[in-house]
Amino acid sequence: MKQLADLKNLARAASLGSAAIALLAASPALAQDLNALIWCDHADPALLQPFEEANGIKVNVKEFEGTGAGLAIVEQSQPGDWDVMVIDSIDIPRGVEKGLFEPLPEDKLPFGDLFAEVKMDGSTVVDGKRYGITEKFGYNTIGFNNTKVDPADMQSMAALTGDKYKGRIAIYDYYLPVIGMAAMSIGKKTAELTEADLPAIKDVLLKMKGNAKLVGEVVASQTALATGEVDILVGGGEWVTAGLAKENPALDFSIPQEGAVLWSQSLAMFADSKNKDMALKFIQYIMSPEGQARLATSSCYWGMPANTKAALSDDQKKALRFDEQPEFLARAQSYPAPDADLDKKMQDVWTEMLQAQ
Amino acid sequence: MLPFAAMGVLSFMQHGGDGSATFDNYRQFFDNPSYWRAMVNSLEVTLTVTAISVLLAYPFAWILAEVVPLRLQRLALMLAVLPFWTSYVVRSYSWLLVLSENGVVNKVLTGSGLLADPVQLANSRAGTVIGFVHFFVMLLTLTIFANLKQLSPSYRKAAADLGAGPLRTFLHVILPLTLPGIMVGAFLTFVLCIGDYITPQILGGNNELLMPQLIMMQIGRRGDFPLASALAIILMVVVTIAYLFCARWLKLERS
Repeated sequence: MKQLADLKNLARAASLGSAAIALLAASPALAQDLNALIWCDHADPALLQPFEEANGIKVNVKEFEGTGAGLAIVEQSQPGDWDVMVIDSIDIPRGVEKGLFEPLPEDKLPFGDLFAEVKMDGSTVVDGKRYGITEKFGYNTIGFNNTKVDPADMQSMAALTGDKYKGRIAIYDYYLPVIGMAAMSIGKKTAELTEADLPAIKDVLLKMKGNAKLVGEVVASQTALATGEVDILVGGGEWVTAGLAKENPALDFSIPQEGAVLWSQSLAMFADSKNKDMALKFIQYIMSPEGQARLATSSCYWGMPANTKAALSDDQKKALRFDEQPEFLARAQSYPAPDADLDKKMQDVWTEMLQAQ
Repeated sequence: MLPFAAMGVLSFMQHGGDGSATFDNYRQFFDNPSYWRAMVNSLEVTLTVTAISVLLAYPFAWILAEVVPLRLQRLALMLAVLPFWTSYVVRSYSWLLVLSENGVVNKVLTGSGLLADPVQLANSRAGTVIGFVHFFVMLLTLTIFANLKQLSPSYRKAAADLGAGPLRTFLHVILPLTLPGIMVGAFLTFVLCIGDYITPQILGGNNELLMPQLIMMQIGRRGDFPLASALAIILMVVVTIAYLFCARWLKLERS
């Protein structure tokens, strides 16, 4: 029994240590630094260093995945701990509802230079005040290896549910965009989805699952496509293919005839930030042509810069298919933005799909 | 105890509710077959991993304790714990590459003519089990090895004096005396395996959900901590039952 007791003591010590480390990791280091809750693309030193050097400041970053997890970090922190946050554009109202965000000064940010379709006024403007600025966007659509599949087939979402590519498909593991794609494949608009649409959407998802080898998060799905484990990624797009264009030029994406789901991420400033001037400077830097180019080509994942004047090289623009954006944007539909009740039901449909054998 | 108590209280709240107590989160688990399925999947995977790990670890520990010369045992033990030296995530991704269709395992199997086509090992339950077993065999080896080394040689001599052959001695003397080591290792394997999120997430390909994945799913976007807490409590109940089972058995063996 002593053996078990020793092991239990060891486990207890390890869990206490882990808790201490987690607390340290979650707490911003210094109040005078800039503290940012970010997605992995903002952790790239190539993005942060120029800002830090220019302003003589340290940017402390904390990565999170999913708005729920991000908001939980904020709720567990002291007011004023955080200065800026990267957030799904559609989720800005959730933060505003909790009183977290500060309205942004439109005259000090390059709103006029943004692609008009990604300003996302429906989400970023609440009660006439703008709380977020779109910094990066892209598409959840069909990513594929153009040497392994017929690119003509990738012009229709029917290829995802037919038999031709059975066992050669991966599905990106995020229910909102893929449910959006499933809805579009049966002629429904992503902005008008209701509970009544879910049975038909579930049928499409189950057919996709029947053809899929895996359902993977960002790294797993990217790896599967890059290593040839699968040839098609449902929900993929420039965020998978552009960063790998040099090493694997066969990776491509299409905007099929049914359209694609437009994803976008925004920057917001915390209302109780103790460093609002520097927070605004950071947002201005990220939205500048240079900052936009660095963010768009971040080592974590690439994506389209929201600013049309982003200082991208010709090769980078080619990989991102920059010049085709007007056509793509015209055919893209917005990310599904369900209310809390529909969101839960969508997630349950997704759970059913994952459990289906 | 404080985090556990907080989790217990939270599990009776409603996501976005007014703070009043409810059993809804627990009811959801029992009403939703997909949630139930996650628990069944978790138990199936965990019991499979525990059984395979015990079966592989025992002979390994036996070889270490009885066959490997004393002067090489330290080195052998060091090699045995080698998998613990690398990052858990890196190790899982390494397995993903090894088990993939273009990976080493499938290349050997198809190259040698044993299989005509590659088999799907990565992104499947088989992948998850292999990843787990690789890790837990080492853990079990250590607990069983420690138990074997503590056994006095006089037990075997006494059994031989009484006319028992090697097999009979093993089955009626050695195995019962090493059961505590097996049970401690098996219990630790069970606990660590059933609560693990990383391995099934990376190697399972999300072709089925296990309980930790279901719990994380509630937190990711929606931040439904009450439902996640209720699912975690249910998982802890299962672990507690496993502990009671093991503790009771150990006590019986000793009496």
